[in-house]
Amino acid sequence: MSKRIGSPEELRELQVKLAPRTALRLSPAEREALGIPAAEKMNILVCGGPACKSTDSDHIITQLRVELQKAGLAEEVKVVPAGCMGYCAQGPVLKVQPDNTFYVQVKATDAAEIVQKHILNHQYVERLMFHHPASGAPCRQEEDIPFFQGQVRIALRNCGVVDPAYIEDYISLKGYQGLVKAMEIGPDATVAMIKQAGLRGRGGAGFPTGTKWEFTQSYTATPKYVVCNADEGDPGAFMDRCIMEGDPHSVLEAMAIAGHSIGAAEGVIYVRAEYPLAVQSLQTAIKQAEEFGLLGENILGTGFNFSIRLNLGAGAFVCGEETALLSSIEGNRGEPRVRPPYPAEKGLWGQPTVLNNVETYANVPAIMLRGAAWFSSYGTAGSKGTKVFALAGKINNIGLIEVPMGTTLDHIINHIGGGIQNNRAFKAVQTGGPSGGCMPTALLQTEVDYESLTQAGSMMGSGGMIVLDEDDCMVNIAKYFLEFTVDESCGRCTPCRIGTKRLYEMLERITTGKGTNKDIVDLQELGDIIRDCSLCGLGQTAPNPVISTLRYFKDEYIAHVEEHRCPALACTELLTFTVVADKCIGCTVCARNCPADAISGVVRAAHTIDPDKCVKCGICLDKCPTKAIIRY
Amino acid sequence: MSQSASCLTEKYGEIDKYIDNLPSLRGALVTVLHQAQTIYGYLPEELQLHIARRLNVPAAQVYGVVSFYSFFTMEPKGQCAISLCMGTACFVLGAGGVLQEFEKELGIKAGETTPDNLFSLDALRCVGACSLAPVVLVGDKVYGKATTSQVRGIIEEHMQRMAKGGGSNE
Ligand SMILES: Cc1cc2nc3c(=O)[nH]c(=O)nc-3n(C[C@H](O)[C@H](O)[C@H](O)COP(=O)(O)O)c2cc1C
Ligand code: FES
Repeated sequence: MSKRIGSPEELRELQVKLAPRTALRLSPAEREALGIPAAEKMNILVCGGPACKSTDSDHIITQLRVELQKAGLAEEVKVVPAGCMGYCAQGPVLKVQPDNTFYVQVKATDAAEIVQKHILNHQYVERLMFHHPASGAPCRQEEDIPFFQGQVRIALRNCGVVDPAYIEDYISLKGYQGLVKAMEIGPDATVAMIKQAGLRGRGGAGFPTGTKWEFTQSYTATPKYVVCNADEGDPGAFMDRCIMEGDPHSVLEAMAIAGHSIGAAEGVIYVRAEYPLAVQSLQTAIKQAEEFGLLGENILGTGFNFSIRLNLGAGAFVCGEETALLSSIEGNRGEPRVRPPYPAEKGLWGQPTVLNNVETYANVPAIMLRGAAWFSSYGTAGSKGTKVFALAGKINNIGLIEVPMGTTLDHIINHIGGGIQNNRAFKAVQTGGPSGGCMPTALLQTEVDYESLTQAGSMMGSGGMIVLDEDDCMVNIAKYFLEFTVDESCGRCTPCRIGTKRLYEMLERITTGKGTNKDIVDLQELGDIIRDCSLCGLGQTAPNPVISTLRYFKDEYIAHVEEHRCPALACTELLTFTVVADKCIGCTVCARNCPADAISGVVRAAHTIDPDKCVKCGICLDKCPTKAIIRY
Repeated sequence: MSQSASCLTEKYGEIDKYIDNLPSLRGALVTVLHQAQTIYGYLPEELQLHIARRLNVPAAQVYGVVSFYSFFTMEPKGQCAISLCMGTACFVLGAGGVLQEFEKELGIKAGETTPDNLFSLDALRCVGACSLAPVVLVGDKVYGKATTSQVRGIIEEHMQRMAKGGGSNE
């Protein structure tokens, strides 16, 4: 029996038939927006995002199924392995629908209680609800939980809702009808719609997507290609991974829409090899889309051909840069080249190519379905729609969030993010990965959009957002990013290859107390040169972590060079360990544990640390029962 | 390069078959190297030469590509591959200390393999599991919120598993 869908009409009929599959996973408002009728049975959606999966959410799924079987409900109540629901810090999480109850920190052993109480007796399991940190009150639904307040899911709309292994789920939510719309209105109107929506690239640079498509459309050379940048190289970023794992069809559908608009029949997804689950999820999705006649030859009987294949990366950060990425797909070293010509004119194999980021694509089907005006009703004057961020570091609510452009950093960090871990003080927020910068407390009212983040000395980047607290040394953070760029510079151009190494060496000197005031001046000057003279974006932005920390945290640099002191107590070589004599009870624990034999003293008398022998490992500090050892 | 051509054919039969089945050789180098590393575990010089001949590209190009990408290795890895994430989230939450502890316990540096070929140690870029930072990966197993005091236990767990037979990577 062929699963092929022969026409757009058949796709719509299939959607109506399949609608009950997912209807009860949506809120009434979402159902209304999609025109999907309500249903009655229950669904248990279990998060299968990277964090929840690593904490054994698969086992919860098995156990829930066992318990439902025992209760004779295996047919009635479906357990759905879904994608990332965002609230990783509280994982594993799950959601019971249609009553929209959100359970956190669930264990496999909780399955029996959930089935007995919630499913059979319609009583909520209060114990498993999130409890409001201020009031202690249980929060049953997402809306009640601060983490979800102010979030709007467009790119992530299906993550945590569909089972990515079943294309039927996606179709039931009007999946691939964005492509139908694009075929009905034609390439020019489609491009106009994307332009009108104001969608800009989510991979970092923020170039208007519709304009990029229009350029590529205007070149007559054939064949043309559609490429998806799924290299997600910024450390601390996992947005694209979650989209590919949780909702792969959104990306496939958008690539087909792009293909139809520019006149391409072939698409390539360049995905990092470090993401095996994303690769698997995309492979399954491509195969199913082909079986359903939604990819491949003669899509939906319209005569449009479009196929997609995967290309694995091999661990080089610079391959996220578009020209390096194309060179890598061609089987070569992933070295960037000078632009122009841009890929729109000469891309893959020298042919006109549209190249967009995963998240950029994930927005496209939603725009086609719900219209440009709906999309551009979110955001600021220059940045429309939403942005997904991977919130991580020293923050309470680590997770994946999506907020309208224009949301303040303060709302993201202190409301959604729940503030800083262990009641420490906030110091800075880092966005844009190794190309970005750090913003201090004074800039917390900044509204996130492309322009204001750049103005603040950072950049939007692909969406990594790392929160730093008072224990983080800003010089050390700058050094961390420079070490990254030194490692990842492809070596092709001198300012980047040698310049970043020199920057790194100066930072190394400063963090070990050997730096001088001249180093601080040189950092700035050399940074400017590297920015102005490098070949590609990697080098041009590599000094940003140094320049932005110099701009906002210069006092920390000065403390290192002038006082040989690290204010955050993070640079070990600048620390001094000493025993507070009247707290020391002379138990000898520190002396016995010191690997360097630096501590001397007799039983029941105060001990002393020889600063010349001390290797600053901190073991004595941890071991001392009376906390008599301090560092400064 | 002491082996004869027929011997090599036998040795590298599996990758040959893969190459024969490719629809086109255009741009296939990186893909073929991925496959070869999956089959043979690493990419020794001899294998690189073999691939160069089969794809009809200069050996220097093959070496250029292998040495460019950090995913490719020319040395065999240990039976048990321990990887630490050095992404930003892991770094600020103390991954550096955990790495040092592994280096101390195993007596090797990141990027190296123990002389008995049991363990290799690598520092990776972000693996995308930042809410579990710092993250240690051993084969498919993920250890989240890793601390220095867990290091010895993790090593011992996998020593035992290997002693019982069966790789550590299942
Ligand atoms: C060094 C460097 C690394 C990059 N890494 C990525 C990446 O990992 N993912 C991504 O989508 N774009 C990355 N970019 C941006 C791409 O070059 C390109 O602008 C983007 O993929 C275009 O898609 P968009 O318009 O949809 O954002 C990187 C750029 C540079 C200079
Ligand atoms: S920084 Fe380690 S998983 Fe992201």
